[in-house]
Amino acid sequence: MAKAKDTVSRTLMVALVLSIVFSVVVSTAAVMLRPAQIQNQNLDIKTNILSAAGMLQSGMSVEDIEETFARFDVRLVDLETGQFVEPSAVGVEDPMKYDMYKAASDPDMSTNIPASEDKAGIKRRPDVAKIYMLQEGGEMVRVVLPIHGYGLWSTLYGFVSLEGDLNTIEGLGFYAHAETPGLGGEVDNPRWKQQWVGKELYGDDKTEPQIQLVKGGVSSDTRDREHKIDALSGATLTSRGVQQLVNYWMGDRGFAPFLQKLREGEV
Amino acid sequence: MAGASAKQVLFEPIFSNNPIALQILGICSALAVTTSLNVTIVMCLAVIAVTAFSNLAVSLVRTQIPGSIRIIVQMTIIASLVIVVDQILKAYAYEISKQLSVFVGLIITNCIVMGRAEGFAMNNPPLLSFLDGVGNGLGYSVMLLFVAFFRELIGAGSLFGLTLMPTVNEGGWYVPNGLLLLPPSAFFIIGLAIWGLRAWKPEQVEEPDFKMSRHKAKEAF
Repeated sequence: MAKAKDTVSRTLMVALVLSIVFSVVVSTAAVMLRPAQIQNQNLDIKTNILSAAGMLQSGMSVEDIEETFARFDVRLVDLETGQFVEPSAVGVEDPMKYDMYKAASDPDMSTNIPASEDKAGIKRRPDVAKIYMLQEGGEMVRVVLPIHGYGLWSTLYGFVSLEGDLNTIEGLGFYAHAETPGLGGEVDNPRWKQQWVGKELYGDDKTEPQIQLVKGGVSSDTRDREHKIDALSGATLTSRGVQQLVNYWMGDRGFAPFLQKLREGEV
Repeated sequence: MAGASAKQVLFEPIFSNNPIALQILGICSALAVTTSLNVTIVMCLAVIAVTAFSNLAVSLVRTQIPGSIRIIVQMTIIASLVIVVDQILKAYAYEISKQLSVFVGLIITNCIVMGRAEGFAMNNPPLLSFLDGVGNGLGYSVMLLFVAFFRELIGAGSLFGLTLMPTVNEGGWYVPNGLLLLPPSAFFIIGLAIWGLRAWKPEQVEEPDFKMSRHKAKEAF
């Protein structure tokens, strides 16, 4: 018995049958569950956007989230020129399908950031970004912009939501990061995120973002308090990362040209 | 192992022959996924499912597996099951699967799964092997839940995500112990648990590998 099952042909046979059976099992599971997974991922992104925009209430059903999100206008923006681009320019039909983080690793769709300018620590920047606008009666109500950059251990991915004046922050949140739980991980703390509400990105010249995360708290008599946020305690590097990445993405190399055009009504 | 009863294979791994406490296997994920009870429970269910079904599958084909490729065969079975579990989690428990991230995939390398397939399922009938898988999964789970209980309670002031002791960051009074949220704390808790378990069941104490001899040579003076 032991001999019979150890022959070469028998071994190959068992290996072959096993491979076929289990590849069928694995691919069936992957194919059958794919629609549910994609739906989850999309819902996750929409939830994060609504949460940054302060439009997510607890207990919202899937339909509520879809419905609220449908009010947003999803657009693609060329970061260099600050102009809108058509989805076809990046090879997709539906702007929702464009993945700017995938594009950032494609040499044809992204630009290298010189080390001296790479405040966010991301090395490459996609040429085209995906943004979300909410207009009501022809008036710009809010714009949600994607941001990402390096903290201490990981790249933080998030969204910042701006009010119609394109200067006042309405909310900020990170949906993916791997900072230290309890320290840098407190970027998820709702009380900390609450501080961002009402802060102003730009000074009087409207070009250079001025956000600072400071130690020791921000009180009513702090100078320039409209630009300052209390840093996370015990998380100097995560705080610095957040400050840099917000300033990078809201600056010249990020969304500033677009926001400028939008403010002047040129796009 | 031959002649073990169903009850034995199911319940012995929980305290008498705990895979983590006695065999010191599967420590990696015990450090990584025990910061909150919700995540831990899902991880435990995933491990129970994988050990049980991989044991079952290996046992079903055990008489057909050629000795020369048996480890590869076991690995293929385990890896396939883990991928299926991962896909199911992504489809039905997306939030938690995001938090578990790579650790679901790493069940493949969890020594408990492979150890039971090779050590038990290769020599025992399917049903018994299945129960053995469930039992060892439970043994793993008991330990993980124990660790997670203390880590979440002391590290974050909550249990199952429900705040019991409101932390200072959220405007309460409790200053959480951040160490408990970091992986090394799991080592301390597992160590203390093993100590407790061996004080309760002294037969688990291992014989020392060697005896220290008295220091004889005079040095330095």
